[in-house]
Amino acid sequence: MRLSKSWIIASKDFKVFLKKKNIIYSAFVVPLLASLFLPVVIYYVELENGGSGIAASELTYLLPALTFFYLILAGLIPTTIASYSIIGEKVEKSFERLLATPTTDSEILLGKGISSFLPPLGAILVGAAIYMVLMDVVTHGTLGYYFFPNWNAAVVFFLAVPLATIMSVEWNVIVSARVSDVRVAQQVGMLLVLPFAGVYVGGELGVVPLGNTGVLLIISGILLATDLLLLYVARATFRREEILTKWK
Amino acid sequence: MIETVSLTKKFGDLTAVDGVTLRVKEGEVFGFLGPNGAGKTTMVRMLCCLISKTSGDARVAGYDVGNEADSLKIRKLIGFVPDNVGLYDGLSAYDNLDFYGKLYDCTEAQRKENIQRFLTMLGLWERRDAAVGTYSKGMKQKLGIACALIHDPQILFMDEPTANLDPESAKTVRDFILELKKEGRTIFLNTHNLDEAQRICDKIAILNTKLMAVGTPEELERSVSGRKTVVQVVEVNDAILAALRKLSSVNLAIDGNKLTFDVKDPEKENVAITDVIYRAGGHVQSVTVVGSTLEDAYLKLVRRDNK
Repeated sequence: MRLSKSWIIASKDFKVFLKKKNIIYSAFVVPLLASLFLPVVIYYVELENGGSGIAASELTYLLPALTFFYLILAGLIPTTIASYSIIGEKVEKSFERLLATPTTDSEILLGKGISSFLPPLGAILVGAAIYMVLMDVVTHGTLGYYFFPNWNAAVVFFLAVPLATIMSVEWNVIVSARVSDVRVAQQVGMLLVLPFAGVYVGGELGVVPLGNTGVLLIISGILLATDLLLLYVARATFRREEILTKWK
Repeated sequence: MIETVSLTKKFGDLTAVDGVTLRVKEGEVFGFLGPNGAGKTTMVRMLCCLISKTSGDARVAGYDVGNEADSLKIRKLIGFVPDNVGLYDGLSAYDNLDFYGKLYDCTEAQRKENIQRFLTMLGLWERRDAAVGTYSKGMKQKLGIACALIHDPQILFMDEPTANLDPESAKTVRDFILELKKEGRTIFLNTHNLDEAQRICDKIAILNTKLMAVGTPEELERSVSGRKTVVQVVEVNDAILAALRKLSSVNLAIDGNKLTFDVKDPEKENVAITDVIYRAGGHVQSVTVVGSTLEDAYLKLVRRDNK
C-alpha cells in the first residue's frame, strides 16, 4: 500500500471540505464551542453560594466525567465528514473515475479514512487543550491545585479519543455504503454515540468510575477491539466491484 | 491493443455480457453500439479492471485483465471517461486535473504542461480557476475527457461521452475525439449515437449481451442489410406487382410510384427487375441504387436478436 496515494486523496478531500460551511462548522466550531462552554458552566456554578458552588470532592469525579464527554464528540464529529467524504463521491458520481485510477481499494479507503480522521481529531485535541487550561483556571481556587494535565486525561485524549474517532470513521464508511443521502448517513452514523453517552451518564452518576485509569484503559481496549472488527467489515464493504454494482 | 476471448460477466442469474470475442488494433477507434442494458458499460468496466470477469479472457496492452498485479498496470496505462462526468464541483478545473495527474504519478512539470495543453485545446484555459460547479454540461464533459488524458494514455475508454449534450457541445467533443484519433490513440467508444459511430469509428461492434456483428461501418452496412434499389415508374399497376412478386429473389416495398427492392447484387438483379417491369407494360423513369445505412443494420440485428 502506498501512503502517498492515500494522502493525495485525503488532500483533495480537505480542499473539498474547506468549501463546505456545514463541514467546517461541525468539525471545528462544535468542539471549540464545547471546550469553552464546559468551563464557563463550571465557572458560573462555582460562583454560587459565595464562590463555593461545587465542593472539591465533587469536582474530582465531575471533571473526569466531563473529560469523557470528548469521547462523545469523537464519535459524533467524524459523522459529518466521513459521510460526506464517501456519499459526496456518490452524489457527485465521481467514484467510478476515482476507482479507474491506478490506486488500490485499500489506498482509497485509507485516504478517505485520513480525511475523515485528522480534522475531527485535530479539532478535538485543540478543544481539549483549551478545555484543560480554562478548567484549571476555573477550578484552581476550589481544588488548590491544577487538575489538568493528568494520566487519565492523557489516556482519554491520546488513546480513547483517537480510537473512538477511528471507530466513528469506520462505522460511517459502512453506513455510507448502504445509503445515498448524506443526512440519512449522518443520522444513522450518530447512533454510534449512544454507548459513549451511556458511559458518560454513568460517569456523571458515579456508576462508572471514569476517574480510574484502569477503567479508561479497559474502555480503550474495547474501542480497539471494535475498531479492528469494524475495519474488517469496512474493508469488505469497500471493494471496487461492490461500490460500482451494489452500493445504493 | 485490446483483445477479448469469450468474455462473460454474470450478476447472479443475469448475464450482462455473454462470450464476447473481439480485437481492437493500436490506433483504432472502436465503437461499441447497443441498446440500453446491452452490456456496453459492463464491458468497459471489465476492460478497465473496475469489475471482475466471470469467465473468458481479456488483455489490454498485453496485460491480463483479472490478474490483480496487472490491474494496476492497466489502469495506469488507460484513460477512462465514465458515462457520468464525475468531477468535483467544488474544486476548480485546474485542481480537478491536478488531482488526477497526481494519482497517475505525473510529475509537477508534466501536470502543469498537460493541464495547460488540454485546457487550451478544449477552450477552458481562461476558466481554469473557476469552480467546476459553475460550468455548463458541455464544459464539464470536455473537462472530464481532459481528466482522462492528463497522463497522456495511449488507450482511452469512453462511455457515451456525448450523451445528454446539446448538438454544439456534442460536436465539440466529437471533434476532440477526432483530434485524439489523429494523435494515434486507441479509443474504445461506447455510444448510442449511430451517426457519431459512423463518423468517428474505424470499426464498430454491435452488442446485445452477445456480440451481434463487428466490422467497419461499410462492412456492417453491406453484410447485414445488403443494398436497396429504388425504381421510379410512371404508374404502378397489378400486372407489374404480380410480375415482380414472381421474382422470388427480391423483397419489395411500395411507396406511391416508387418501388424499393432489397438487393444483394444490384448489377445483376436490377436488370431482371427492370426487364420484368417492362414486360408487364410498365415504364421505368429512374433506377437508383442506395446503400443501407448503419441504422438499418443496427436495427435489423438488434430486432432479430430481441425476437
